[in-house]
Amino acid sequence: MAGTGEGKKEEADYKRLHSFPLIRHTDMPEEMRVETMELCVTACEKFATNNESAAKMIKESMDKKFGSSWHVVIGEGFGLEVTHEVKNLLYMFFGGSLAVCVWKCS
Amino acid sequence: MQASNVHKVPGAKLPKAPIKKKDEEEAVDVPDGLDEWSHLKATVKPSNQLELSEAELKEEITRILTANNPHAPQNIVRYSFKERSYKPTSVVDHLAVHFVLEGSLLHKDSDEARRLRIRDGLPNEHAPMENEAESDENHAETPATPVEDGGEGEEAGEEDRPDSVASKPDKKEAKCTNQFNFSERASQTHNNPSRDRSCQTEPPPRITFSVAANQWEIYDAYLKELQKQEKNKEKQKTTLLKKDNNTSKKKMTLMETQSDDITKVGKVSKIIERMINQNAMDDIAQDFKYYEDPSDEYRDQEGTLLPLWTFQYGNARKLSVTALCWNNKYQDLFAVGLGSYNFSKQEGGMFLLYSLKNSAFPECIYSTTFGVQCLDIHPQHSYLVAVGFYDGCVAVYNLKEKEPHPVYKSTAKTGKHTDPVWQVRWQNDDMDNHHIFYSVSSDGRVVSWTLVKNELISTDVIRLSGNGAVSDGPDGAQLSSISHGTSFDFHKQIDNLFLVGTEEGKIHKCSKTYSSQFLETYDAHSMPVDAVKWNHFHTNIFISCSSDWSVKIWDHTINTPMFTFDLNAAVGDVAWSPYSSTVFAAVTADRKVHVFDLSINKHEAICQQTVVAKKKTRLTHIEFNPISPIIIVGDDQGNVTSLKLSPNLRKKPKSKKGQELPKGSEAEVAKMDKLLSLLREPELSTI
Repeated sequence: MAGTGEGKKEEADYKRLHSFPLIRHTDMPEEMRVETMELCVTACEKFATNNESAAKMIKESMDKKFGSSWHVVIGEGFGLEVTHEVKNLLYMFFGGSLAVCVWKCS
Repeated sequence: MQASNVHKVPGAKLPKAPIKKKDEEEAVDVPDGLDEWSHLKATVKPSNQLELSEAELKEEITRILTANNPHAPQNIVRYSFKERSYKPTSVVDHLAVHFVLEGSLLHKDSDEARRLRIRDGLPNEHAPMENEAESDENHAETPATPVEDGGEGEEAGEEDRPDSVASKPDKKEAKCTNQFNFSERASQTHNNPSRDRSCQTEPPPRITFSVAANQWEIYDAYLKELQKQEKNKEKQKTTLLKKDNNTSKKKMTLMETQSDDITKVGKVSKIIERMINQNAMDDIAQDFKYYEDPSDEYRDQEGTLLPLWTFQYGNARKLSVTALCWNNKYQDLFAVGLGSYNFSKQEGGMFLLYSLKNSAFPECIYSTTFGVQCLDIHPQHSYLVAVGFYDGCVAVYNLKEKEPHPVYKSTAKTGKHTDPVWQVRWQNDDMDNHHIFYSVSSDGRVVSWTLVKNELISTDVIRLSGNGAVSDGPDGAQLSSISHGTSFDFHKQIDNLFLVGTEEGKIHKCSKTYSSQFLETYDAHSMPVDAVKWNHFHTNIFISCSSDWSVKIWDHTINTPMFTFDLNAAVGDVAWSPYSSTVFAAVTADRKVHVFDLSINKHEAICQQTVVAKKKTRLTHIEFNPISPIIIVGDDQGNVTSLKLSPNLRKKPKSKKGQELPKGSEAEVAKMDKLLSLLREPELSTI
């Protein structure tokens, strides 16, 4: 029992420590990167339990801001190989367990 | 012509009125004739019509219109060659053409048109009628027109023919053209050729990106990032500290670079200078370090002084050395105060810092407007130098700041002395960690100065009066007789206790806590007391010297001197040695340094040596180096001579108290006590 309690505590600790966004790969310009990152964070926080809604929100906002057509993948585990327009891709982790990939290809 | 002109003049005067009158006349006239239906008509009047009386209406105004041009000049003259005189020309053109338009078309009902039609053979329903009318009306013209027609009619016919033939049945009417000036022309504009063009844009560049996200990768990435952040934090801390240092350094370097480009090589050149000096005076350096006078072994007691470097500075040549002070932290560094003891020859001052490592040139030079009378380097904060001036000011210089100005300076407001300051001395910091120093001056005050932020705060510790403490004086006269302080020294252990030497030759034992009373007054000398100093080891003993040629050693509990030495010249300064309680040295005006060791000889100096070659020089000050066995002696030519004490002058502690070395200071006290007891016993016996 003590073990699980500790485990929970560790988990909480981990969540708290790893709540920040961590950009793994991007070729966006600085301004765009920051904006996109913030957007992803707000979307993931808003729809913490529903990745689909978060992805939808991100996609729509990005389409509005930077022109169509954007694609968003959010998940805890996935693999992808995409072709995207240069300087229009962001791949980041968030909240300790989520991976978000946003790219543009029209 | 002339008559018409005459008529015109009145007409021009009334251009509007007569016309209107005419209109009215007509209007008036009409109803006369056609009375019956005039009622049906309403007379329409213009709004601005003149109201005229009956008589005016009846008045008849004649106006004659002529064909004369009113603008034509009437007095044109021409020179007639025939008659050889100017003649007025009567011929003036009165015709004015306002508009001319030649038409190229004909009215279809006109004769010309009819004739054309006939000639073209166009049958017209009107034609027969018109033909009849034409024949009736214009008989005279008919023969003329065909002739004219013939010439142009053919051309017109040629042009028109294809049209007219083709359109005869279709078109109802042909255009009737005036054959004299009608011409028909046609042209076609150029059509721009159209072209097809097409292009294709390059599609935006694309790359493929592939990744696989899973929990363990995300976890690993976060862990790595956290570690990196921690490292960065540590680094930042260190870099912050470094940055602080750097900025301060930068400031320093900035200052230096601003001041001069030469300062860039300043440090290097300083090192080189020291190296050169060391090489040039290698023998002196060797002597300083290793030479022990071998002859001392054969001499019983006497020792010698070995002259080492002489410190000279060109600009200080006219000033006399007024103060010497070793730096406690850097034992090769000492400060030299330069001023003048001569009342009538006060011309500025300076203080210099010399290092034994570079005898050729001072390390620092601070020139001052008034002569420096005394200085003291703070024993703990060796960068603080307190300086007393001839004008009564005291100032504190910070050697760290490369500025030639003091960081603190007393002013008249902050209670500066009114007479030369004869001695300054640092004391322990107060409870708020403010640095404190004391000063004594001829104005009879001992003042403590506290360095607070950016100002000096003064507190009068004691006012010296001639007859001792104020309360002692039986009459009022004592108030005016100020006793002029010339030197002082603080007790090594009892914090409150200090001695003040005066110009009258008295020495007062005072306490910081009683500002109005002396604890004791020693009738020490008959001339100003030049120096008074506590022994470094024995806390009861102090020494004093005066211009009355004498040096006296006192026990502060006893009113009479323990020892008195007559040196046969005015004594400028005296100093206890830092290594032995019984050794002291004094300088006299006759260029001599006297070194005494009471434990060896209670009556005479064990070394008397003339250390300056120049005849008129007076020695003014002497100071022992706290570590090395050397003394520095200042003279009134601005020079400082360093001398090495021979083994005999410092051998005592080793030879006598070989076993008690660890308890050096106690041994020294014991040594002195022994001397004193020896001294007292005979006294007691005599009593």
